[in-house]
Amino acid sequence: MKAPNFAYLRATDLPGALAALDSYGTGARILAGGQSLMPALNFRLDVPEVLIDINGVAALTGIEIQGDVIRIGALTRHAELEASAVIAAEAPLLAAAVRHVAHPAIRNRGTIGGSLSLADPAAELPACMVALEAELVLASSAGSRTIGAAAFFRGLFETDRRPNEILVEVRVKRQTPNRRHGFAELSRRHGDFAVVGIACQADVADAKVAALRLVVFGSESFPRVASHAAAAAQGRVLSRALRDDIVAALLEDLDPSDNLQGGAATKRQWAQILAGRVVAQITAA
Amino acid sequence: MPSRACLRGGSRREPAIASARHPAFPAGSPVGEGVARPSALRLASGRGRYTDDQTLPRMVHLAFVRSPMAHARIRGIDIAAALAFPGVVRVVTGADIATVCKPMQVTLAHLPQHVSAEQWPIAIAEIAFQGEPVAAVVARSRREAEDAAELVAVDWEELPAVVDPIAALAAGSPMVHSSLGSNLAFSARFENGEVDRAFAAAAAVVEHRFDFGRVACVALESRAIIADYDPTERSLLVRQSHQSPHLMQTMFARHLGLAEHRVRVIAGDVGGAFGSKLHVYGDEIATAAIAVLLGRPVKFTADRLEAFQSDAQAREFLATGRLAADRDGRILAIDVDLVSGIGGYSIYPRSSLGDGLQAATFLGAAYDIAAFRSQLRVAYQNKVPSGALRGVGQPISCSIVEQLIDLAAGALDIDPAEMRRRNYLRQGQFPATSKGGLKMTELSLVPCLDRILELMDYRCLRQQQSELREAGIHRGIGFATFLEQTAPGAGLYGPGGLPITSQDSCIIRFEPSGTVRCEIGCSDQGQGTLTGIAQIVAATLGIPLDDVAVSAGDSAGAQGGGAWASRGLAISGEAAHAAARQLRRNLLTVAAAVLQGNLEDLDIRDRLIVDVADGRERLSLARVCEIAYYCQDLLPPEVTPELSATSHFTPRTDPYFIANGIQACHLEIDAETGWIKLLDHWIVDDCGHVINPLLVDDQLRGGIVQGLGAALFERCVYDEQGQQLTATMADYLVPMAAEMPDITIAHVLTPQPGTALGIKGVGEAGTIGATAAVWCAVNDALRPFGVRVGRQPFSPEVILTALGVIPTPPVVDPVNPNDEEGDMQ
Amino acid sequence: MDAVTRATITLSVNGEPIAATVPVRQHLVDFLREDLGLTGSHLGCEHGVCGACTVRVDGIAVRGCLMLTVQADGRRIETIEGLSESGAIADLQAEFVARNALQCGFCTSGMLITAAALLERPRAMSRGEIREHLSGNYCRCTGYQAIVDAVASVLAGRIAAGAGDR
Repeated sequence: MKAPNFAYLRATDLPGALAALDSYGTGARILAGGQSLMPALNFRLDVPEVLIDINGVAALTGIEIQGDVIRIGALTRHAELEASAVIAAEAPLLAAAVRHVAHPAIRNRGTIGGSLSLADPAAELPACMVALEAELVLASSAGSRTIGAAAFFRGLFETDRRPNEILVEVRVKRQTPNRRHGFAELSRRHGDFAVVGIACQADVADAKVAALRLVVFGSESFPRVASHAAAAAQGRVLSRALRDDIVAALLEDLDPSDNLQGGAATKRQWAQILAGRVVAQITAA
Repeated sequence: MPSRACLRGGSRREPAIASARHPAFPAGSPVGEGVARPSALRLASGRGRYTDDQTLPRMVHLAFVRSPMAHARIRGIDIAAALAFPGVVRVVTGADIATVCKPMQVTLAHLPQHVSAEQWPIAIAEIAFQGEPVAAVVARSRREAEDAAELVAVDWEELPAVVDPIAALAAGSPMVHSSLGSNLAFSARFENGEVDRAFAAAAAVVEHRFDFGRVACVALESRAIIADYDPTERSLLVRQSHQSPHLMQTMFARHLGLAEHRVRVIAGDVGGAFGSKLHVYGDEIATAAIAVLLGRPVKFTADRLEAFQSDAQAREFLATGRLAADRDGRILAIDVDLVSGIGGYSIYPRSSLGDGLQAATFLGAAYDIAAFRSQLRVAYQNKVPSGALRGVGQPISCSIVEQLIDLAAGALDIDPAEMRRRNYLRQGQFPATSKGGLKMTELSLVPCLDRILELMDYRCLRQQQSELREAGIHRGIGFATFLEQTAPGAGLYGPGGLPITSQDSCIIRFEPSGTVRCEIGCSDQGQGTLTGIAQIVAATLGIPLDDVAVSAGDSAGAQGGGAWASRGLAISGEAAHAAARQLRRNLLTVAAAVLQGNLEDLDIRDRLIVDVADGRERLSLARVCEIAYYCQDLLPPEVTPELSATSHFTPRTDPYFIANGIQACHLEIDAETGWIKLLDHWIVDDCGHVINPLLVDDQLRGGIVQGLGAALFERCVYDEQGQQLTATMADYLVPMAAEMPDITIAHVLTPQPGTALGIKGVGEAGTIGATAAVWCAVNDALRPFGVRVGRQPFSPEVILTALGVIPTPPVVDPVNPNDEEGDMQ
Repeated sequence: MDAVTRATITLSVNGEPIAATVPVRQHLVDFLREDLGLTGSHLGCEHGVCGACTVRVDGIAVRGCLMLTVQADGRRIETIEGLSESGAIADLQAEFVARNALQCGFCTSGMLITAAALLERPRAMSRGEIREHLSGNYCRCTGYQAIVDAVASVLAGRIAAGAGDR
């Protein structure tokens, strides 16, 4: 299990990284935290021509408040999210979710940009971004563009990122007084990828649901926005009955796939149970 | 909610052992003390020397080309591109190996009905499992060897594979080895008593189907070997991560045609084994053969993928068990049908039958059962060969019987603990032979049960369980009475004609300064056996523990069997004790000559020669050694100072030593998700006299967690083509810290008769009983739902399927017997 | 900047300055083991699951098999050998030995480095929290309980010592 032969290029700034990406095209891989890329290389499941290491690109780091959004640099490590007072106060969903990402040594290296770009269906952060209606900024040598998280994730390990683009930052709206969150996942062992998980944001005014964004991950091939569940919640008072209706409506939203941990029917059951628990969190908040 | 808290795990922090002083040693001796291992700080400081840590001059590295298919014929191999790759020294095929090496084939003289196929270290014509080696690339580095291995082009003819053991035994199944004419590797029927009559007369008959998933040892250090052949001396020096270096010395000599005294195998620090490093593997024999071909050192270290594709797996069983009991809960008969899948070959040289034979014959041995029947069929299939794994078959027999007893107790409305008590063999019945043929000298079943009920506050726990059920919280309590066959003698492998010794030797000597060196024939992969040996030697010689250095794991050193079947201290401990006694006598002979006294009047205490009568100091031990080594002229001419001694031991009066105990598991099931949370686990163990309680308790806990892992997480899953779907540590789930419970331990002491030290083994006790305790606890928790599970591991999906929450069975694994309710009559 | 297949790097390993030319595809633990002879860091899985390869980079615990050697350029690496010789985790090692929190020892380097991270800023933790912190490090031998005991004991000791300082 030794990685295949590849070349390595250490980018020191974003234009340099993008220029390298232009010249190597699909033969290049962006090396950020490496916590998923390196196992793939060690197994020789991936045989790239070149790795472009962006760890030295300072412009991609940092968490800061910019007006009504939080800007999170793509190189922000999971451990930084976990420790950030800004994230805890302004994106508590993210703070709750990131603790479920693997183990401390993995969180010390793994980055938000890497997690979102890989789009592992069982990963927590993509689902959180969709629930938070985050905007992702993608740069190429031609310029940059911004895309909503829900549009970015398109399928199993498939995103809207083009081969000449690097995800450079994430923009998340700051917490508002009416905003509540819920997060729950089932994993076989602590720190394992979620078998099923739910990330949820809700705007609640006068005890009524103004907007519910419930996102299912793990069981689905990409973070699935539960639109039927959202419709069932719209304008209604948080209650036990609403919880049951959301759980029932969720079934229409799910399209789970089979894997070693469970078949589709099992995953529907898990997703519904988790949805009930997450809505209960929101109700209790 | 419960009205009060029970004593859950309350005594965990108390010392597990009420330290009973060992009668063979004086007060204050290190025997019975929980002393730390002298080697532990070295290992904890990164100073271990595992096989892969070592590098030799001119050493080259191996990467094997392994079969991507589970069953295929090799039409041809093109090595040209690989050979031309920079850094490559040689590319070796099976035919090349055959020029210097004999093939492997299991034959058991006492079980001639066991048929097996010839297995080449590197396959020549046909492969029988995914991962079987078909070529080896030798290169300057492992990286380059792997690069070139990708360039070896094999012309494959894929053959139909069979993976399910029952399908393998059905007519028309693809043949794993066409030369054998059948996939039936072995079958046997064991019957004793009037089984059918007992079932017909029973008040209750229960039946359950068991699907025990295949599991893997997953030692953290994978297999590794460095073979160094010197053609000028025709000598082979092997460093190998192995449990049994003496066996390997014999095997390398036989297969490579070398003189045995010119082969030396050193197993230094070994990073865990659990049975997986007990066998002779084709890739390791091939490594040595390639060293012979090249005349230079060759290293092979299996990576994790290779470990999953080549390390012996174990315990793949499908079973149907029935138990008949009378109205009072007395067990009248058990009847168990077992089918086991052992993979593509019977593993060399022990065979893969151990699991099946032990599972089929150890059933219910702790209980007074009038009639017994078991049927065993063992199938070849296109999977990794199976072999030894901590407990060998006993976790299977234990799980089946304990689960059946729980079902019968439920059917008869008898408390499960009481049901066991009513059926245990009693003190007056020993020595006893079970209906399956297991010989037991003396067991302590009732005292162990009494102790665990007290330890776990059983009545309170049951009360709490029923209160919580009212609140929708589903907890289960499961017991597992277990026996552990330890320290087998020559009867295990001798009749098969296998070169596997059950006897260990000890070579011991005083150094001139009065300290002691001791070589011992067992081996130590971290169990702490060598520390126990040092404690016995120091106590016997009357010297501090720190004055004794013990070495093992070198085939040029004291002969012995190495580490398997929980034999270390029970066998090597006796040898060390006898050798130390002889050495003590030899030393006192010299001292008596110097003092012109009687050796019977002298003793060694704390490095001093003293008078037995009044403890008066006469001479230092160091002075006696000085005289013996340097000043023989001070001794009378008829006294030759012999400050070394050798002794041997193997069980002779008993065929093996049976340890026993009981475990209890307490868990909670989330009936909505199927998740299981382990709450508590208790064990009361009787392994005879305990030399080092710290190490014994760590064996029990580690063994329990291995059994819990099998029950809840572990399973080697193959698809219908024989592709292993769980060949990474992300997919094969081992138990990690967060899900494991704290474990409460207590001991009961029944010394092994007929030995000086009264020791029985302890290494497998935890594993044997833990899985069974979980079976019982899970099905106890599910009782209010009127359902039960029969498929290991008890994954959330298995639980939900049993609960009827989801309609479909698990989709990925083809093996999925239905769970059937028992009959009440 | 050009892509390279070999790179010359300088780094500090256990306080010693090192210059080396390495193949860029080599991961950090292969470099430590093969090039520097620091065999205390072990390879258990090489895909980031078992934790046996855990080392410190710039003071932070990382999986050594999931980082390229070339990425260690300019960094400060600490391995079990360095941490042992400096005495930084001597209390933890002593507790591991006293409680037999290791058997074969193969997981121990990684386990100690993982546990040490938790002990650096000691705060009261339940046994469950300690177990969760250690849950990325696989041990087949001990059943984890003695490891948790050892970590809990050192944690309590360091909290008490910290309280005494104030």
